[in-house]
Amino acid sequence: MSAEPEQAGGTMPTVDALAPATTADAVALPRRRTALQSAWRLLKTAPPTAWFGMLVLGAYFIVSIFAPLIAPYGEADIVGDQFAPWSSQFVFGTDQLGRDMLSRLIFGARNTIGIAVLTTAVSFSIGGTLGMLAAVLGGWVDQVLARLVDVLMAIPQLIFALVLLVIFGPSITNLILIIAVLDSTRVFRLTRAVAMNVVVQDFVEAARLQGEKIAWIMGREILPNILPPLVAEFGLRFCFVFLTIAALSFLGLGIQPPTADWGSMVRENSTLINYGDITPLLPAGAIALLTVAVNFVVDWFLHKTSGLKE
Amino acid sequence: MAAANAMTEGQSRGDRGTVGDLLLEIKGLRIEGQSEDVWHEIVKGVDLTLHRGEVLGLIGESGAGKSTIGLAAMGYARPGCRISAGSIVFDGVDMAKLSEAEKRKIWGRRVAYVAQSAAASFNPAHKLIDQYVEAPSWHHVLSAQDAKRQAVDLFRRLQLPDPESIGDRYPHQVSGGQLQRAMTAMAMACRPDLLIFDEPTTALDVTTQIEVLAAIKDVVRQSHTAAIYISHDLAVVAQMADRIMVLRYGNLVEEAPTRQMLSNPQQAYTKSLWAVRSLRKQEEASENVQLRVDHVDAAYGGAIKVLHDVELTVPRGRTVAVVGESGSGKSTLARVITGLLPPTKGAVMFNGTALPPSIRNRSKELLRRVQMIYQMPDTALNPRRRVRDILGRPLEHQMGLRGAQRDQRIVELLKMIELDERFLDRLPSELSGGQKQRICIARALAVNPELIICDEVTSALDQIVAEEILKLLMRLQKELKVSYLYITHDLATVKAIADQVVVMFQGRVVQSGLRSQVLAPPHHPYTAKLLSSVPEMDPDWLDGLLARRRQPA
Repeated sequence: MSAEPEQAGGTMPTVDALAPATTADAVALPRRRTALQSAWRLLKTAPPTAWFGMLVLGAYFIVSIFAPLIAPYGEADIVGDQFAPWSSQFVFGTDQLGRDMLSRLIFGARNTIGIAVLTTAVSFSIGGTLGMLAAVLGGWVDQVLARLVDVLMAIPQLIFALVLLVIFGPSITNLILIIAVLDSTRVFRLTRAVAMNVVVQDFVEAARLQGEKIAWIMGREILPNILPPLVAEFGLRFCFVFLTIAALSFLGLGIQPPTADWGSMVRENSTLINYGDITPLLPAGAIALLTVAVNFVVDWFLHKTSGLKE
Repeated sequence: MAAANAMTEGQSRGDRGTVGDLLLEIKGLRIEGQSEDVWHEIVKGVDLTLHRGEVLGLIGESGAGKSTIGLAAMGYARPGCRISAGSIVFDGVDMAKLSEAEKRKIWGRRVAYVAQSAAASFNPAHKLIDQYVEAPSWHHVLSAQDAKRQAVDLFRRLQLPDPESIGDRYPHQVSGGQLQRAMTAMAMACRPDLLIFDEPTTALDVTTQIEVLAAIKDVVRQSHTAAIYISHDLAVVAQMADRIMVLRYGNLVEEAPTRQMLSNPQQAYTKSLWAVRSLRKQEEASENVQLRVDHVDAAYGGAIKVLHDVELTVPRGRTVAVVGESGSGKSTLARVITGLLPPTKGAVMFNGTALPPSIRNRSKELLRRVQMIYQMPDTALNPRRRVRDILGRPLEHQMGLRGAQRDQRIVELLKMIELDERFLDRLPSELSGGQKQRICIARALAVNPELIICDEVTSALDQIVAEEILKLLMRLQKELKVSYLYITHDLATVKAIADQVVVMFQGRVVQSGLRSQVLAPPHHPYTAKLLSSVPEMDPDWLDGLLARRRQPA
């Protein structure tokens, strides 16, 4: 208690009028670091795994944004023979319809990552809002929401998603909404748990006594305090959503042709494995690499925010 | 000396040197703490000597380095801290140079530590006796059987109820005061040469504090153990210590035997510490009632009744202190008044009209008039919002101030609480405890309230800072004519600020009236007990009190 190292922000013990009040007046305010500087300080402490993860993620995002510029051919253009081998013209060969594999990989990054990010964002908006609402209101709202989530979680996610996609039809909007809703259950549980710890604190009660509305309490008092675990969870959920989409595509109910996407690319070219061709492993490898990269970054971030040493 | 043998020979435990031998000598101790990437000194060259059978008191405000020195006496530095210079010679061995494994042989066996929060220091999953036995059997000092037998004896000497069976309880099954005594017993299990008490009674209320203090004092005296007693409460240290060291900012301010220190402090800082308790408010009566709590009952979950027929009034512009030990319903009363817990019976009248029982039915205007300040400024301020936003929001939301007008008012408020615009962009983590509490006061004042409920607002602060906060509250009352309902268990605070006093016990008001009437005899028995439990600045006070309490029984 008395041994806490003083903050760099210049926290001097309060001026006491009995002693000459020199200390607090004489201390000049230290300059606040800019966001850029502190971000750089943080990055310098990052372990090699986190650096690797961030570089991979950076590369993926650049590729997906500039896909039309980078890709040698169009996304759905038939440019050669079916199943052409690797050559200088088609770096990774062509697929079952004669489309360039490399181009489809590049466009696949764009589609799959884009849809996964969007889905995760929707899932967090739903789960986060409801989770905080349950924590703030408590009582029957909490009970109803929590039981609803229990019901949704009781059904295996992939199978449930398959059933819903068959019912509503496999359009991209449906895909995003269905996976987002199913995935938001986990976000709900996490948000509710971490928000509970904040809700009981006096500053939330103080805000209530000031007559603040629930939206304000959730957005301004609670959200900033639970953001670090949520950001970390965002990374992890992104991986799972990504894998779910890939799995659904592999099963034929995800992203529909001719849109390029890694899951369906594995399926469509899987026969090549029988002939000792590793081409179908390329989209699978791309999925694996992205998942590993995201996990490296999230691990590091979790370590930082949970305050663990070493 | 025989002491050197005792170091190496676990068996020759009886041979422990005699009272008065030098036990611990710290020279030029410097400890550094790390924040961000910078190391800076927390303890700046302190010397300390301790003889066998002697109790040394360490006092000072928070940040003075008391706890750090206490831990360093064991050769231990907290994570993020390091001992950068100096020697810590314990019975001929320099603890600062020992390896972790060697130190571990000494810890628990020859030096033991009693922490501030017993509840946080016990493992809730194990019985008290099992946790007690751990140290003696790990160090091979006693067999588990002998240790258990000895535990019963120690429990008895520490006046724990049912010494034979209390060890079979789990930590949550005994009270806070009992737990603190059980921890003292645990620390004494190996009959250590040195005990370090780090604010062992700070978290307890006055009536419990007395029991724990008396038990600790007795046991330490009987076993001739040397002890370091760390506290920010002078009166408590005065009861326990033979010699007192006053610390500030990691430096020694003054050192003297207790009696000499009390009667004749030399340094200006020490004198100011002594003067703290002399704050007194001129009591004023008033008939102009602002708030009336009218025969209120309240219960949690509809079942556990906490308040029974509580009645009190707060006159306009005056301070009413609500006193009582923890569990007496003081804070529940605050929740009823603010509308967080609607009463099951009775009503809260404000300016003559009944307030809607639940906060949901109260208008923004009504909410504005009653404000609250909390005990723990750390949790009462959102750690992610800057002072500008914390104060700006109520001004926008309640007072409708915008832009430059609002900013001007924020600076005015900061000036009112004796801070200035340099604090505008700070986060709560960049403020000291006292400054945080000032910001809480400013937040309450921002909306020009008529009544402020202060829930133990100074009990988490050390004495000098607490005194500043009390002075500030009194000045603001004079200037702004605001009324206070001041909840506290500390009677020194009551004497300092109250016009009227309400004494609560087990959810009932047992006595109320003007301060001079309540604090003067004849007392209600519970008021008398509360009053007599407040430590006084007299080294003989505790012994005298216990003797007096024993006599009539």
